Amino acid sequence: MSGVQTPPTIREWFATDTPRSRFQARSIAFWNAWQTLSSNWLAMIGLGIIVLLVLMAVFAPWIATHPPNAQNLPGRLNPPGWEGHLLGTDELGRDVFSRIVYGARVTLYIVALVAVTAPVFGLIVGTVAGTLGGWTDRILMRITDIFLAFPRLILAMAFVAALGPGIFNAVLAIALTAWPAYARVARAETLTVRGSDYIAAARLQGAGTFRIITGHVMPMCLSSVIVRVTLDMAGIILTAAGLGFLGLGAQPPQAEWGAMISTGRQYLLSHWWVATIPGIAILTVSLGFNLLGDALRDVLDPRAATK
Amino acid sequence: MTPADIEDPRGSGRARFGSSGLPHVVKRVGGFAFSLVVTLFGLLLVTFLIARVVPLDPVLAVVGDRATQAQYEAAREAMGLDRPLAVQFVDYVGDVVTGDLGHSNLTSRPVVEDIRRTFPATLELATIATIIGVMLGIPAGVIGAVNQGRWPDHVIRVVGLLGYSMPVFWLGLVALLIFYGQLGWTAGPGRLDVTEQFIYELEVTRVTGSVIIDSALSDAWDVFRNALAHVVLPAGVLGYFSMAYISRMTRSFMLEQLGQEYVIAARVKGVPEWRVVWVHALGNAMVPLITVIALSYAGLLEGSVLTETVFAWPGLGLYITQALFAADFNAVLGGTLVIGAMFIVMNLLSDILYTLVDPRAR
Amino acid sequence: MFHVRTHLLASTVLLGSVLATPLALAETPPDTLVIATSIDDMISLDPAQSFEFSGQDQINNIYETLVELDPETLTPIPGLASEWSVSEDGMTFTFTMTEGRQFASGNPVRAQDAAFSLQRVVKLNQTPSFVIGQFGLTPENVDQKVRATDDRTLVIETDRPFAATFLYNALTAEAGSIVDMETVAANAEGEDFGNAWLSRNSAGSGPYALRSWSPNESVILEANPNWHRAGDLVMQRVFIRHVLEPATQRLLLEAGDVDMARNMTPTDVAAIRDNEGVKIEDNLRGQLYYVSANQKNEILANPQVVEALKYAIDYQGMADTIVNGTNVVHQSFLPAGFLGAIEDEPFSLDLDRARTLLTEAGYPDGFEIEMLIRNEQERIDISQAMQGTLAQVGITMSIRSVTGAEALSIYRARNHELTLQTWGPDYPDPHTNASVFALNPDNSDEAQLTGNLAWRNAYPATETTPMVEAAVVEQDEATRRGMYEEMQRISQQSSPFIILFQRIEQTAMQPNVEGFTAGGAVASAFYWPVTKTPQ
Repeated sequence: MSGVQTPPTIREWFATDTPRSRFQARSIAFWNAWQTLSSNWLAMIGLGIIVLLVLMAVFAPWIATHPPNAQNLPGRLNPPGWEGHLLGTDELGRDVFSRIVYGARVTLYIVALVAVTAPVFGLIVGTVAGTLGGWTDRILMRITDIFLAFPRLILAMAFVAALGPGIFNAVLAIALTAWPAYARVARAETLTVRGSDYIAAARLQGAGTFRIITGHVMPMCLSSVIVRVTLDMAGIILTAAGLGFLGLGAQPPQAEWGAMISTGRQYLLSHWWVATIPGIAILTVSLGFNLLGDALRDVLDPRAATK
Repeated sequence: MTPADIEDPRGSGRARFGSSGLPHVVKRVGGFAFSLVVTLFGLLLVTFLIARVVPLDPVLAVVGDRATQAQYEAAREAMGLDRPLAVQFVDYVGDVVTGDLGHSNLTSRPVVEDIRRTFPATLELATIATIIGVMLGIPAGVIGAVNQGRWPDHVIRVVGLLGYSMPVFWLGLVALLIFYGQLGWTAGPGRLDVTEQFIYELEVTRVTGSVIIDSALSDAWDVFRNALAHVVLPAGVLGYFSMAYISRMTRSFMLEQLGQEYVIAARVKGVPEWRVVWVHALGNAMVPLITVIALSYAGLLEGSVLTETVFAWPGLGLYITQALFAADFNAVLGGTLVIGAMFIVMNLLSDILYTLVDPRAR
Repeated sequence: MFHVRTHLLASTVLLGSVLATPLALAETPPDTLVIATSIDDMISLDPAQSFEFSGQDQINNIYETLVELDPETLTPIPGLASEWSVSEDGMTFTFTMTEGRQFASGNPVRAQDAAFSLQRVVKLNQTPSFVIGQFGLTPENVDQKVRATDDRTLVIETDRPFAATFLYNALTAEAGSIVDMETVAANAEGEDFGNAWLSRNSAGSGPYALRSWSPNESVILEANPNWHRAGDLVMQRVFIRHVLEPATQRLLLEAGDVDMARNMTPTDVAAIRDNEGVKIEDNLRGQLYYVSANQKNEILANPQVVEALKYAIDYQGMADTIVNGTNVVHQSFLPAGFLGAIEDEPFSLDLDRARTLLTEAGYPDGFEIEMLIRNEQERIDISQAMQGTLAQVGITMSIRSVTGAEALSIYRARNHELTLQTWGPDYPDPHTNASVFALNPDNSDEAQLTGNLAWRNAYPATETTPMVEAAVVEQDEATRRGMYEEMQRISQQSSPFIILFQRIEQTAMQPNVEGFTAGGAVASAFYWPVTKTPQ
C-alpha cells in the first residue's frame, strides 16, 4: 500500500514488475497471455474461425445468396453448384449455403445465451459455497453433485420436454445441465483464496460477505471459468445439435445446423451434401472453440496445463 | 455427449471429500455410502418432479389414439396417477428401496428386467470404447508431451480436438456408411447377425448379459467373433472421443511429471530416456490418470445415447431416450437412477484407487 | 497396472484381427425371413390390448379370426368359422366352427374359445374393445350376448339390426383374434384374463407362435406345427429386427443382412429402385394424412377460411416431391379399397381462389395461425411445404412440433388450432372412418368424446351424423355404398378436415423373396406366404 504517484502510461502500466493492485496484476497477466496466445498459430486459427462465425452471423443477409426459407419443390435435392446454389439445395429446394449462413446466427445465439447463464450461475453457487463454508457449502455442493450425477443429455431432454421444444428452451436446458461444472471450478478456486491475507484485510475493513464475494472472490475465479467456458462451447454446440438431431431443438423452418443434419440424414446415402455440409459447419465451429480454448487453458490456467 | 463435458478431475471426486481424514479408506467409504444415498435420493426427487411436470401424458402413451375418456380414466387409475404427488413419491421411494423400479408402460414388463437386459449392452460398448481410448490416448498423450510444441504434438492435438468437435451421430453415420456399407470391413448395426442371434438365443447361457463374455464362456466362438465384429464400429466411434480426452489429460500430466526433479535426477544418473518417460514419468502420471479414465468411462456410459440410436444398439441410453419420448416415466426414473449411481460409484472407485496408489495420499 | 496393459494389448490384437478380415456378403438362413423395421411402438401382443401397427402385424400372423378377409376382393371368407347366418330380425348371428383346427398348444379350437376371446376383449375394456363392443356389448352383458351353445356353435346377439357385413368385417380385425382359452386361463393373474401373460406370449392357432420379444430389439416368431396349413409354410422362422434409422435399414439390406426393409425413406427407395440387387414392392395402405381446423378457433370457424385453406395447399406438388412414393393424393375420408370409397379430388393449389375466399371471409391480408404436428421428419416436411404456400396468400403459419404423446393430448383436449395428423382404419368397414370423421353425437365439452375426430375439432357434423347412423344399419349393400359416397362429398365441402394423402408402403427386399404382402388398405402384414428361392 504505497502513496499516490503520477499515473503511469498504459504501456508502463502493463509492463511494470510491481503491479499496484490485483486488477493490474491480472491485467498484466492477461496482456502477457495475449502475447503468448497470439504466437500460437493453432489458437489464432481457432480465433479466426470464431471471428468468421460472428461476421457471418452479423452480415448474413448480405452473404446469403437466397432467402434461407424460400422453397422450390421442383428444385429439391440438387447438388452443389446447381443453378447458383453454391452448396446445393435441401429436401424442400432451399439453398443450403444460405441456410448455413443464417444458421450461424442460431449457433451464435446458443453460444452467447449459454455463456451468460450457466457460468454465471455456477460462479455464484461456487463462490458462495466456498466463501461461506459450513452447512451452506455442504447443501449447495450436494445439490451440485446431484445435477452432476445426472446423465446430461437425458436431463436436457427432460427439461426440453417439460418446457416445450424450441431453441431458447434447448439453450436453457443445456445451461441447467452445464452449471454444476462451473460451480465446482469456482468453489475449488474460492477455497484457495478464501484464507488469503487480502480477503482478511477486506473483512477487517468492514466489507460484508456480499462485497467480499462479488468484489474479491469472483474476479479471482474468472480466468478458470473463462477457460472452461471456451472449452465447453464446443460441447454445448454439439449438445444443442444433438437436441436438434432428436427434434427437440430449433423448430422448423429455422435453419439450425443440428436439425439440418437430422433432416439430411435420411438423404445421406443418396444426397450426401444435405447432411454433410451442416456436419462440417458444426465441426469447424466447435474445432475453432476447442483450438482457442485449449490454448487459453495453457496460457491462462497454468496449473491445468502443467498441473 | 462427448468426454469434453466430463468434469475436470480436479473439481470432482477428490475435492468432494475435503482434505481431512484422508488415510482411512474405510471411513471414506462410510462417508461415501451416506453421500451416495443422499445424492441418489436427490436424483430421484428431481427426476420424479420433472417426470410429473412435463406435458407428456403417460396414460395417453399407453391407451393410444382411439381410447374413450372412460378407458383413459380407468388406465390413469390403474397406473396410480390419480393419487396426490406426495403419496406417489413416497410409494415410489418405498418400492425402490425394496428393489422394485415399477413397471414399464412401453415394454409391458418390470423396469428392473428391462435394465438387466439393456445395461449390459451399454456396459459392453463403453468398456470396449474405453479400452480403445486408453490404448490410443495414453501413448498419444505421452508422445505429445515429449514433443511439446513440435509437429507430433500439434498433429496429436489437432486429431484429438477434431474428435472433440465432431457430432457423434454424424461421425457414426459416416463411419457406418464407409466401413460397413462400402468396405464391408465390419458387421452392421445391432449386436449380432441373424444366424448368430439364433445360436445365442438357443445355446448361450446368459451369465453377464454381455454377448461377448457369455459367448466366450459358452465356447460359442462364432457368436463371439460376430459380436466383436458388431461392436468394433460403435466402440471405435466412442473410443475416438474417449481417446481425445485421455490423450489431452495424459499430455498435461506428463508435462507436469517431466518437469519434476526426479526426472532430471534419473536422467543425470544415466537412466535411458525411454525408461524415464514410459516407466518413471508415466508411472506417476498414471495416478491422476486413473480418475480421468474412470470419469471418461462414466461419461461414455451416460453419453452413448446418440451412438446407440445410430447403431441400433439396444442399450440403456436408447432405452431411456425412447422411454422419455413415450412418457414412460418409471423407465426414465429407473434408468437415470442406474446411470447416476454408476457415475457416483466410478467416482468412489477412482477415489479409493487414488488413495491406495498415490504415495503422497498414503 | 502391468496386468491391465497386457490385457489391453490382447484385446487390441483381437479387435485388429476382426478388422483385418473383410466379411463376405452376408446371407440370411434359407428358412428364416429377416425383416428390418421399427417396432418401438409395440407395447403389447395381446389381441385385446394391442393397437399399434407393428403389434398388429405380429398378431395377424399368430392368431386367426372367425371370419377372414379375401385380400383380393375384400369380401369375408371362412376362417375359424366355416359358415355363418343371421336371424330374420338381423340381430342374432350364428357361427359354425371349422372342424379340425388346433391351437399351437395342441388344444382344439372350439366355440368356447371363440366366446372367451370376444368376451375378454370387451371385459378388459382396453382401446380395441370398441371394435367388438360397438355391437351393443358391454362387460356386463357380454357373457349373455356372446355364447357358445355347443363345441361348434357360437351365437352373437347385437342391440340393433346392423348391416351384416359390418359385423363380419369387424370380426376380421386383430381384436377378433381367437385365443386358446385353457392356456390363457392357466396364466391369468387375478382378474386380468391373462392380459399380462398374453402381452408377451402367444396362444393362437395361426401360422406362427411367438418365440421371444425383446422390446426395441427383436421379435422372433416360430412356425406353429399345428397350423392347419403347416405343410405349406416355407419360412420356419421370422426374425423382426428393430432398426430405427432408415439409412441403416438400407445398409443392412444392401449388405444382405436382412431380407426386407420396411421403413426406408422414399429417397433411398428411389435411389435403389433400379438396382438389380433389390426389388421394391408398393402397397396401398389405409392410412390417411389430413389437416384439421379446430372450430373453437374464431378464424377457423369461418367456413370460407377453411375453404381457402383447401385451395392453398399444393397437394400434387408434395406428392411429386417430398412424399413421392410414400403417399398419393387422396381427398376423401374413406381410403381407396374400402366400400364406398370415392376418387373425387375437388381441390388443387389455386392461390387466386384462396385469396378471393380469404377476402370474402374478411381476411384480405391473411392471419397468423399455428399448426400442431408430431415430431417426425415426413410431417415436418409436409408442414413446411404448407407453410410455404400459405405464406403466398398471406397466412403466416407457425409450426409447433412436439412428441407424439404430447400432440395427441393437445389434440384430444381440443387445444390446437390447425393440426396435421394421420388416421388408419381399425377394421375393414367404412363405418370405421365414417364414425370418427362424419359422426358427432354430442359436440359439448362435457361429452368428452376424445376418441372422435369430429368432436376433437368441435365440428358438429350435423348433416352427416344421421347419415352415418343410418348407413351402419342399412342391409342393402348398394344403398349403403351410395350413402357413404354422399357423406364423403358433403364432408369434402363443409367439414374442417382437409384430407391430403393416402399412404403407400414401400417394402424393399432381396430379389429372391416372393409372396410378401404388407396388408393393403384393410389388413396387416402376411409373413406366411413368403418363399425365398436359393440365391
